[in-house]
Amino acid sequence: MSTATLPDDPQLRQRFSELKPPLAPQAAVIEANRCLNCFDAPCTVACPTHIDVPGFIKRIASGNLRGSALRILDANILGGSCSRACPVEVLCEGACVMHRHHREPIQIALLQRHAMDLFHDSGEALLTEEPLPRKLRVACVGGGPASLACAAELRRQGASVTIIERRALPGGLNTYGVAEYKLRATDSLREVEMIRRMGVEFRFEASIESGADLDSLEAEFDFIFLGVGLGAMQRLGIPGEDAEGVMNALELISAYKTGHIREITGTVVVVGAGNTAIDAANAARRLGAETVYLLYRRGEGDISAFDFEYEHAKQEGVQFLWRRQPLAIQPGKHGRLLLDTVLVQQVDKTLLPILNSQYSIECDLVVPAIGQSPLSQLMQELRHIEVRHGRIVADRATGQTGNPRYFAGGDCVNGGREVVDAVADGKRAALSMLKLTEVADA
Amino acid sequence: MPDLRVRGFAGGISSPNPFWLASAPPTNCGEQITRAFDAGWGGAVWKTIGEPVTNVSSRYSATDWNGQRIMGFNNIELISDRSVETNLSEMAEVKKRYPNHAVIASLMVESTREAWHEIVARTEDAGADGLELNFGCPHGMSERGMGSAVGQVPEYTELITSWVKEKARTPVLVKLTPNISDIRTVARAAKRGGADGLSAINTINSITGIDLDTLIPRPNVDGKSSHGGYCGPAVKPIALNMVQQVMSDPDAALPLSGIGGIGDWRDAAEFILLGCGTVQVCTAAMHYGYRIVEDMAEGLDNWMRSKGFNTIEDFRSLSLPKVTEWKHLNLNFKIVAHIDEQKCIGCDLCHIACWDGAHQCIHLDRVSGPIDGHVELHPIPAEQEARSRAAIASTPVTRREREALADGHGPYSTPLARIPRVDETECVGCNLCSLVCPVDECITMVRVDNGLPPETWEERTRGANCATPSQ
Repeated sequence: MSTATLPDDPQLRQRFSELKPPLAPQAAVIEANRCLNCFDAPCTVACPTHIDVPGFIKRIASGNLRGSALRILDANILGGSCSRACPVEVLCEGACVMHRHHREPIQIALLQRHAMDLFHDSGEALLTEEPLPRKLRVACVGGGPASLACAAELRRQGASVTIIERRALPGGLNTYGVAEYKLRATDSLREVEMIRRMGVEFRFEASIESGADLDSLEAEFDFIFLGVGLGAMQRLGIPGEDAEGVMNALELISAYKTGHIREITGTVVVVGAGNTAIDAANAARRLGAETVYLLYRRGEGDISAFDFEYEHAKQEGVQFLWRRQPLAIQPGKHGRLLLDTVLVQQVDKTLLPILNSQYSIECDLVVPAIGQSPLSQLMQELRHIEVRHGRIVADRATGQTGNPRYFAGGDCVNGGREVVDAVADGKRAALSMLKLTEVADA
Repeated sequence: MPDLRVRGFAGGISSPNPFWLASAPPTNCGEQITRAFDAGWGGAVWKTIGEPVTNVSSRYSATDWNGQRIMGFNNIELISDRSVETNLSEMAEVKKRYPNHAVIASLMVESTREAWHEIVARTEDAGADGLELNFGCPHGMSERGMGSAVGQVPEYTELITSWVKEKARTPVLVKLTPNISDIRTVARAAKRGGADGLSAINTINSITGIDLDTLIPRPNVDGKSSHGGYCGPAVKPIALNMVQQVMSDPDAALPLSGIGGIGDWRDAAEFILLGCGTVQVCTAAMHYGYRIVEDMAEGLDNWMRSKGFNTIEDFRSLSLPKVTEWKHLNLNFKIVAHIDEQKCIGCDLCHIACWDGAHQCIHLDRVSGPIDGHVELHPIPAEQEARSRAAIASTPVTRREREALADGHGPYSTPLARIPRVDETECVGCNLCSLVCPVDECITMVRVDNGLPPETWEERTRGANCATPSQ
């Protein structure tokens, strides 16, 4: 049995045509040959999973494509989705010495994708032989990148692993939350399928909500890895927020990626200026919205989105409304919405409204995108796992929490970083579980 | 203004410039040679004329390198497959239209005096400015007692050259094969036989590679292959060495037309600096077409201008005296590597090249503190890589995190920790680091005054003092 997947959707594919199309085979070889093969390469150092970048690139140059993919997977089981979703401008490609050579950096992401696509296209199983079984049973709560990486590493070394996912499809934000023009949900699911074939068990639409749930987990497994991500998106906290026509950024993204929203018309206002806000704004444009505003309470220089994401949004035709804050959402004419806003200015450390600057935007959809709120306090209350500033406190090197049977990684620990950070967390947690087991067995 | 003309080469061949097309597919017929002259070539050596052959289908193969096409080129094509009459009537036509260009006939016939006399007479009647005896073709023809089968035996070379000289009225060049342990032996034989000049080198025996799916070597002729002749950029260093050997030997040296991997004006200048009076090109013209001669002529002209040379003869052979035997090199000459920190991009290829391929004296210790001395004092490269891969890194998601990453680089654009340092006490001046460095002029080899007078190996080991070499 393979994991559930999504049907091919030509309309979606066309509207969200890939931002960075793959390299043709010969182009890949030429690009691979540009790599200098640095010693102790800065790209590898910058990568949270420390992929041997010159190593996999040289294998592409030599035509050893299977070896290239295995080299990547050795360090990062989600090498395929990372090659699409990583902000490489601030990671490997940003660290490339070619910048100082006054040349374009090596296109590491596209080369990595080249090797990974060929491997996934081949349908080859990652584990060609069953690893030596090990008396270690682990539950990974949450089916996103952190848990997948943790599970894969454990399976490679013979542990039995079960991923517990509350939704119908695995992959977490890789499947439901990354802009489709970067990473297609189907590509995320294909990667998960490779992990399932390694022997990782999945339980779908199963959530952990009570002490009894935790009791049964503890009875069944030796360790529990929490890769639960962040909770629902934060609310704006203004009147009218529950109106129809208000949908947060993650809801919007997962709805269009799974085919539940196929078209948007009229005017959309996205509130917030992070990377997710930009993903939502761009998606609205591509789904057909004539006008998309991105509303931010501070200025252009303060946005938390990456520079290249901001530039991309401008190219998509997103318009920016700076230093404006939403006040309320009201019903407008013809079933539309009225978003009341006001200009604000910073006085000392607070933002104060400017008198007589109120303005109402007629729109059809309001998309809050002001960050994800922390997960419920369940773990803290029931298992005394410390949660600080909404994040689970875990040791950086081992992923272990204050409760020695519980490990954690990914967004629920780091507060919301990238797929590659979650993979690194999951892998480190797996390795420390294995190490603990070895000590115990010895 | 520099004058690129060649006058009276090998006792009488002139051409508007020293750039000739070698005897090969680009000079297969009159139509091609006409276009080549229009494009700017000064001369052409007609594709070898002789009893017409049947060629095989699939004739060439190449060695690509690092994504670049045709670093080396291999062929198993034989001499002209067109009749002698056709070749010679076209030659007469070309000569009529281009009286001032050099048209040289490459010749190969069976090894009898009569056959050679006949072809020489017919070719000269057609108007050839000179003859090139093909004693070099390394495949096919050699199995029939021609080509390199002649060129590999000094006696045959001398004999056939002398037959040709009995008849020839135009200059006679002998084309040398490199597929021999000492090219000078055949060059001397050609000189003894009366040759007016030489052409060197012909192609080198080669198998370029094997198709790893079918296991058939290239080029594939119905499931089998045969060794061919190698040429193109890869062979230039071999050709230059052979040119130097011939031109430095008084018993062998003759006016020489240099061949082997010449593709641009720099290559041409190097062959001329070692004594060549003209140069011949094939592979580069097959790769890019005749038009490459434009830059060859312009580039050579500009270089000659910058160096104050007015004619080809002004710089011909100037590098020849600068090549000597090893025993005459100064053992007390000392250079060390110097890294320009401003130019260093931090690839650290020099570090790993020095550690794995040289003398373990380029270190990454600018931050941790310089340590001079032998290899055992330093951490090995693998430790450094292991440390990096054990470190915890995360994506800089906030502006502040990104700015923090950009800091701490020290005074140069490359972080100080990644700028290697040369331990000059251990550096032997081998050049390896400067060769692997991707940045021009970043690593230079700097002379160190060690206070010692020049001394060669020959001087050091001469006479009774040889047992006590100076320190």
